[in-house]
Amino acid sequence: MSIPEAPRRSWMQRWHVKGIVVTSLLLVLLVTSSRMTGVDVGMFFSNFGQFLNLLVRMSHPDWQYANVIVRPLLETIQMAILGTTIGAAFAVPFAVLSASNLIHNRFLRGLTRLFLDLVRTLPDLLLAAIFVAVFGIGSTAGVVTLAIFSFGMVSKLFYEVIETIDMGPLEALTSVGASKVTIIWYAVLPQILNQFVSYFLYTLEINVRASTVLGYLGAGGIGVFLQRSLSEFNYSQTAVIILATLAVVLVIDGISNHLRRVLL
Amino acid sequence: MVEAPIISFKNVNKIYSNGTVGLKDINLEIPQGQFLVVVGLSGAGKSTLLRTINRMHEITSGEIKIDGEPIHAYKGQALRLLRRKIGMIFQGFNLVNRSSVERNVLSGRVSYYPTWKTLCGLFTQADREMAVRSLQRVNLADKLYTRADELSGGQQQRVAIARTLMQEPKIILADEPVASLDPLTTKAVMDTLQRLNREDNITVIVNLHSVPLARQYADRIIGLQAGQLVYDRPISEVTEADLNEIYVTEAVQA
Repeated sequence: MSIPEAPRRSWMQRWHVKGIVVTSLLLVLLVTSSRMTGVDVGMFFSNFGQFLNLLVRMSHPDWQYANVIVRPLLETIQMAILGTTIGAAFAVPFAVLSASNLIHNRFLRGLTRLFLDLVRTLPDLLLAAIFVAVFGIGSTAGVVTLAIFSFGMVSKLFYEVIETIDMGPLEALTSVGASKVTIIWYAVLPQILNQFVSYFLYTLEINVRASTVLGYLGAGGIGVFLQRSLSEFNYSQTAVIILATLAVVLVIDGISNHLRRVLL
Repeated sequence: MVEAPIISFKNVNKIYSNGTVGLKDINLEIPQGQFLVVVGLSGAGKSTLLRTINRMHEITSGEIKIDGEPIHAYKGQALRLLRRKIGMIFQGFNLVNRSSVERNVLSGRVSYYPTWKTLCGLFTQADREMAVRSLQRVNLADKLYTRADELSGGQQQRVAIARTLMQEPKIILADEPVASLDPLTTKAVMDTLQRLNREDNITVIVNLHSVPLARQYADRIIGLQAGQLVYDRPISEVTEADLNEIYVTEAVQA
């Protein structure tokens, strides 16, 4: 036997044809879409002064105002916790039904995924507007909106996590003679629990921020005050609201990091 | 053979959906209490053969009987009961890494409970004691509350054996149980399987790559090649030359 010749890279591989084609396609896409939508990058820089002006006016936070917003801020957090919990609880079974490694029935999986896509398509502002009309102004509308919004987002994050798990333990539990539900409980959940918790907290953080916007539509929480301060051009109050929201987000982030370390 | 075999294959074929032949016309009878070793190259169909016995793989044609009962029609609860009496051990151990050893071992018992009880973890005291005893049999009782991924490979494989013991199986299928272990832990795992075979009269079927191991532990050795049964001898008639042939002829063909 002769010494085998080292295989040669094909012409495609040698010139990185795929990489270059994909990159240039992306560039073309970027340029054409900015042309078509008429985005004027120059305006961003020429009007930068106004932005700075706003920052200057916000740079004197009205600390007295903090007392006023404690209650609505707490309400916002409660809304976010409730909405996220309800949404995430409903998301678990749907995530299981959407995971290709658990559900081999393509039709069922396609149907659940289509439903989830539909839920995610509905913008949260639209949902808020609808539920304010249904439940009236107040935090109920906010909670329902956040629940549906979280449900759509969390279920997608969850099923993507489920699809990355090690299938070995599932095989073992199947060979033991366990039922489907038992298999999921014993072999799937322990593998994904810590990522579930971290995604749950991530969604909670997003919901705290989202609920500030929802307040605009009368869905309760800190957003009502944000809107009021902005419409009164009272930027020193706006600054306090933004800082307070930032503090809450930081705390949730801290908890998230801690829990992930502990649960790993 | 006077006694009826516990497992019998009759003209069994398995063709995968992509056209690959998994098993070809397998005829095989395995008596209760035998330590059977299956040898053959990767892709010869050893794993497939093993998994047809507990219906983790479906066959295309032919008939497999266990305890004299054809198994192809089992569904739902009947299939789970079939699997309950057949323990399975894997090359990759297949423990739930994040769970404790106790929970992993108890998970071998879930088929004795209705689903809702397994969800609440409502295992009887007797079964919890059984978990400890199973671990004692593989010399790991002190690891009861350790997390599975903190154990070494050999220890994890023995936990997997303890999990299987919770099923009180009549048959244990081991799919290359020592392929990712060093020689010393290999011996510990193979000795454990041998002890279960001798003390509990469990029928053990092991896929192995190693010819010396096969000769050391088997009562009988069968060889597979491209899905076909090409060799079947009791250990007293097995020669080194035979076994080398199983590996060499195919290697030349390949």
